Amino acid sequence: MIEIKDLHKSYKMGSNSLHVLKGLNFSIGEGELVAIMGSSGSGKSTLLNILGMLDEADSGEYTLDGVPIKNLNETKAAQYRNKFLGFIFQSFNLINYKNAAENVALPLYYQKVPRKERQEKALKYLDQVGLKEWAHHLPSELSGGQKQRVAIARAMAAEPKVLLADELTGALDSKTSYEIMDLIQTINDQGNTILVVTHEEDIAHMCKRIVHLKDGIIEKDEKVKQVRASAYV
Amino acid sequence: MFNRDRWKEILEVLTKNMFRTILTAFGVIWGIFILILLLAAGKGLENGIKQDFSGVATNTMFMWTQTTTMAYDGLPEGRQYSFKLSDVQLIRDNVPGLRIISPRNAARGSADNVFYKTESGSYRIFGDYPEILNQNSIYVNYGRFMNHNDIQKKRKVAVIGDGIRQDLFEDDEEVLGAYLRIQGVNFMVVGTYKEKSSNGNGQNAERQIYVPFTAFSQAFNRADNVGWMAITAEDGQSISNKVDDIVSTVKQSRRIHPDDERAVGFFDLYQQYNRVESLFAAMRWIAIIVGTLVLISGIIGVSNIMLIVVKERTNEIGIRRALGESPWSIKLQVLMESITLTLLSGMVGIVIGALTIYGINALLDNVGPVDMFLNPSVSLTIVLSAMLVLIVSGLLAGFIPANSAIKVRPIEALRTE
Repeated sequence: MIEIKDLHKSYKMGSNSLHVLKGLNFSIGEGELVAIMGSSGSGKSTLLNILGMLDEADSGEYTLDGVPIKNLNETKAAQYRNKFLGFIFQSFNLINYKNAAENVALPLYYQKVPRKERQEKALKYLDQVGLKEWAHHLPSELSGGQKQRVAIARAMAAEPKVLLADELTGALDSKTSYEIMDLIQTINDQGNTILVVTHEEDIAHMCKRIVHLKDGIIEKDEKVKQVRASAYV
Repeated sequence: MFNRDRWKEILEVLTKNMFRTILTAFGVIWGIFILILLLAAGKGLENGIKQDFSGVATNTMFMWTQTTTMAYDGLPEGRQYSFKLSDVQLIRDNVPGLRIISPRNAARGSADNVFYKTESGSYRIFGDYPEILNQNSIYVNYGRFMNHNDIQKKRKVAVIGDGIRQDLFEDDEEVLGAYLRIQGVNFMVVGTYKEKSSNGNGQNAERQIYVPFTAFSQAFNRADNVGWMAITAEDGQSISNKVDDIVSTVKQSRRIHPDDERAVGFFDLYQQYNRVESLFAAMRWIAIIVGTLVLISGIIGVSNIMLIVVKERTNEIGIRRALGESPWSIKLQVLMESITLTLLSGMVGIVIGALTIYGINALLDNVGPVDMFLNPSVSLTIVLSAMLVLIVSGLLAGFIPANSAIKVRPIEALRTE
């Protein structure tokens, strides 16, 4: 599903150049649940941004579902993001003047899905994350865990190829974190490919595979025995 | 572009900070309000001035005799003279393209010169031809005007101003058929007239008496002398171009030195009218320029606020782009917000302006006519072009903010909290 080869990325900080990614190679198959682990500064957010087409690599190849991602203009990138990717952020990033259902329906709106169908789908995904009754609440009326559930529903609404989650439990207490991870595992069980960036050991071990990043290179790429989050809930 | 969600969002954004939106809108409202008011005031002034010309054939010159200032053809300077009736035909023959030539004699008593029963007054008496009705701003409101039969038969009939009727007659007294003694000669009243423009000197103008030219000449011993002429050119021809020909024709026939500038007095109404026209054209431009400048400061306010709104929504824009909204769609959103804001506030400004003009008109109707000011208004064309200006300026106002909205890379936008 995701294939990257010899990915390099450096940032210019004044006169200095900071080499963040120093030649990454890996691939993720369909239906995988992969954690990218590393301390801060290891380049994991940069990698996620490149995978999410929010940022561009300096060199190297990136293929997503067989489509080479290269030299995209903003319009094309927006199209690909909409079609291929679902984002889940640490800070939820819901639009605060839109209610839960409207937030979930947003990616569908950009796909020009008719209004009625959009609403039906939004409700369907909200139901899947257990928030159907909260559909018409504004984000400010929801708890952190609920907000992240809405964000997950939104990420899934466009039925993307890959879900990209950036520290999705970072702003949540551990109990809520496990609930969210339980949801992520359920979604993965349905066959969705999910990539989780985290620095938390226990969250990483709830995935099926952990890629350890350190100083811009892959230190270790291991398959792990998945810990079911439902055991903690 | 015109779907429900887009509009819902525009409304959400604009109503989120209502006070700020209203303050911003006020700049535009004020600008368009000033523009409309200036144009309406200019129009009111124009209407007021032009009313003096209303009903008058503006393509007209007036000509009268003065004293010669140069000796010529064996005649001394300082000579009093009169036009002759034959000059009328002479002018017709020499100068083509003239529609009406009305010769006139006039008399004015320094003491009371008009008597009716026990009443009397001092009024100007005009010996005129019926055509003068087309050149003057008067209309007959009761009875009839003189006609060519009166001229031919030298009937001693008179058309008096409504002011004279008020002076000399009782309110319910029949005017028609009454005999006025005018400078010792009896004339029968056949009609009364009123001025078409009711402001300014109306009171004075309705205190004159029109009698047939021939009857006047015979009654007051003017022979074939003519003191004054009103000459109107054909439609589509300018009297201003004919003034010189007309004046030199009478100079020749009256044996006046061709270079004598002061012997023949004349007034070119058309030239005067054109001067007024161009004055108002200039005033209109000043109103448009001043109004537009005020409007621009309002538009800049909108642009400013849109920039702030975009800044505030940087994170949101980042989210939307991460979710796959195209840059063009974001740009369109900002532009439409800006246009909506300017257009809505512009409409409010136009409505307030229209109501103000309506109020002024109602006030003018109540207090009666004001000198040189009448019926201020703006045309629909002006309003429509103001709307067009608003749309364009809304676009311009949104342009910079819209560009800055998509200039931020989504990743940076997402990092902004």
